[in-house]
Amino acid sequence: MLAFILRRLGQATLVIGAMIVIVFFGVNVIGDPVYMLISPEMDQNAIESTKVALGLDKPIWEQFVYFVTGAVQGDLGRSFVHGEPAIKLILSRMPATMELALVALLMAIVIGLPLGVYAGLKPESRISKAIMAISILGFSLPTFWVGLMLIMFFSVMLGWLPATGRGDVVRVLGIETSLLSWQGWTFIALPALNLALLKISLVIRLARAGTREAALMDYVKFARAKGLAQSRIVGVHIMKNIMIPIVTVLGLEFGSLVAFSVVTETIFAWPGMGKLLLEAIQRLDRPVIVAYVMVVVVLFVVINLVVDVLYSILDPRVRLTEAKA
Amino acid sequence: MLTRRSLIAAAGAFALPGLAGAQDQPDLRIGLAFEPSSFDPHFHNTTPNKSLARSVFEPLVFQDERQTVRPGLATGWRLVDPLTWEFALRPGVRWHDGAAFGADDVVFTFERAPAVPRSPSSFAGFIAGKTVEKVDDLTVRVRTAEPYPQMPIDLSTFGIVPASTRGATSDDYNTGKSAIGTGPFRFGEFVRGDRTLLLRNEAYWGGMPPWRRVIMRVLRSDPTRVASLLAGDVDLIETVPTADLARLRGDPRFTVTSIISNRVIYLAMDQFRDESPFIRGPAGEMVRNPLKDARVRRALSHAINRQALVDRVMEGDARPASQFLDASFFGASKTLGVPAFDAGLARRLLAEAGFPNGFRLKMHGPQGRYANDTKLIEAIAQMFTRIGIQTEIETLPPAIFFTRGSTGGPGNTPEFSMIMAGWGSAAGEMSDPLRNLAATFDAAAGRGSSNRGRYANPAVDAAIDAALATIDDTARSAGLARAMEQVSDDMGIIPVLYPLNTWAARRGLGVAARSDEFTLPFHVTRQS
Repeated sequence: MLAFILRRLGQATLVIGAMIVIVFFGVNVIGDPVYMLISPEMDQNAIESTKVALGLDKPIWEQFVYFVTGAVQGDLGRSFVHGEPAIKLILSRMPATMELALVALLMAIVIGLPLGVYAGLKPESRISKAIMAISILGFSLPTFWVGLMLIMFFSVMLGWLPATGRGDVVRVLGIETSLLSWQGWTFIALPALNLALLKISLVIRLARAGTREAALMDYVKFARAKGLAQSRIVGVHIMKNIMIPIVTVLGLEFGSLVAFSVVTETIFAWPGMGKLLLEAIQRLDRPVIVAYVMVVVVLFVVINLVVDVLYSILDPRVRLTEAKA
Repeated sequence: MLTRRSLIAAAGAFALPGLAGAQDQPDLRIGLAFEPSSFDPHFHNTTPNKSLARSVFEPLVFQDERQTVRPGLATGWRLVDPLTWEFALRPGVRWHDGAAFGADDVVFTFERAPAVPRSPSSFAGFIAGKTVEKVDDLTVRVRTAEPYPQMPIDLSTFGIVPASTRGATSDDYNTGKSAIGTGPFRFGEFVRGDRTLLLRNEAYWGGMPPWRRVIMRVLRSDPTRVASLLAGDVDLIETVPTADLARLRGDPRFTVTSIISNRVIYLAMDQFRDESPFIRGPAGEMVRNPLKDARVRRALSHAINRQALVDRVMEGDARPASQFLDASFFGASKTLGVPAFDAGLARRLLAEAGFPNGFRLKMHGPQGRYANDTKLIEAIAQMFTRIGIQTEIETLPPAIFFTRGSTGGPGNTPEFSMIMAGWGSAAGEMSDPLRNLAATFDAAAGRGSSNRGRYANPAVDAAIDAALATIDDTARSAGLARAMEQVSDDMGIIPVLYPLNTWAARRGLGVAARSDEFTLPFHVTRQS
């Protein structure tokens, strides 16, 4: 297991290195951040002095060496726009994004799993067909459109939930969260649902396919012959077996929930790091973009590790092969 | 560890302040379109930052809604001699920490404002060449090497900070530690990407500010901003998307206010290359650059149906432009009229210039920088095509557009043949666009820095210089207007339209619309 983790970390370092090079030089090719930062009425001298102030007057390779030297010492540079350390900006926004992604993931499981299992058990029923039809919509409707519709319906027309923003945050164990108050939940409900929509559909499909397959297996038939209650057959025997692919996929999808919450955060003005990234890209705020990519790569690697470990807990066969090896 | 019961109790407690706030409405909640990058008033010279700073840190000279200068922390100013301005400071003004405001603070601000580390766009340009000295506690003098009539305008661009905060970094402002001003509101909280909280300055010299607390939230996405207003999450939004204007105007729950902006949407044309990279003959062959001929430029101007652009593309939220600033601003020409839309005249002018069959042109513009920019450029391209100039367009993300449009060509020259761009005059007067858009490009002298077509006319340069050295306001205004008229004779740059700045608020709020796009909470009043 240790060798496996070490190998993973080695790969991760390589990926991070490659990403830094691509992003660092890529951003530089796109354009000159000075034109996005400086007030247009400023003259050429002001442009030059901004370049000097931000270190952009040096050749690009020199900037890169400077960046890498700093990065090795844990300094990822300061945002061009905000003047604050890039990593601090990202970490200060991370709890909001994590919270959103976690609630979305929770919704995907709580809503998606029962619907999917039901559709798998009774594939011919009308309700099942309706569930599957809706899941197609979940896949195919663009996130930003659904987000706006949610706002129009729940906030503007019904006035039940706030349209944008995050509730008051409370610090618990050093982490800011808005989930400890009812008000916080009213704020997160719509964006989380928006972000979860695609994942709900995904879980429905996975759970349905898994259930249909498992329902025909010998052990289910045997359990039924033994006279076990339907709830126990579904709740224990089927559920355990369909969870393996679902956990794997959701684990990986959690990474994408975090990394690609950009659209949802923008629509709902959720103060997370996706919104920060979008603004950084628009203004070519290179230190923030590079730091963001590094954080996300690390996140993905960690998630993959966690998934692997969970996998071996859920599936004894994985543990057995590892023990043998 | 929290027990379940204490969690529920805590949840109840968190919910209460929100409810109390909803009952007596002492707060003003504003949805901003753009995020200020810092609470430090001298960190970043951009509209969102200056707009936020204006409520907390006050300049010596104020600008009113139409950007005319007014007394601020200085009650008055006069020329002692042609090179020396004297400013009388307002007596009885106190900082948010209770200390008295005085000349030392002004002297300190002149030191600090140009020297903020890592400033992405410095205020140094407004302070360079000026030396300040204290005469007494309530008088300062500012000297320049040349006569400088723009002095009051320059001093209206940056807020004064107290000398007691010497050594404060931008971070100290963002955390509130050193964010001390004289303004109607004081620092409450500054949370990046989310909200800014301002609290009433009960001891404000200009009278009691109308709001106990002001909460500004950044709602960048257009539909989100409008939805937040509709849902009652915010009381007021700035930069109303044109697509939603009709709906908001027709809804009795809201009021919409607008004013002509200090911005002009214009077309700049390559006038420095004999063959232009994005221009070809009707059959795709290389041709001499037609844009060097003033008749062609005038033809292009007459090809544009400005009123149609205003009515259809901008949904009425703009005015046709005849020059760089609307005629109501200082230095604008009173005689220039909007160029007539006349396709026949345009074709005749083209033929006269030797292009009876037109030419092929690729026009570039930014995507998402100005309201409806892509739609505007599409419409203009169609109008050009109608007079025989087959026009293609390419719109680019602003970051790419401005880099390539300024320095993308060989030898760091502007890359494109023709661009659509916008110019907002922060000073609210004609010298600003004239010097930057129309003066001959000269990096060393800092002229024509945004003259991306490299239009050059020595007579215009001379007229601008003469006007800028004129102390008398009336004569200077007339001189600037003459320079503008000369640019218009050459059609060196084609003005297209002036967008309106628009605010929407729930009914019962009065919003002072401003041409500089500032959203100032102390100019929002409750009407019963």
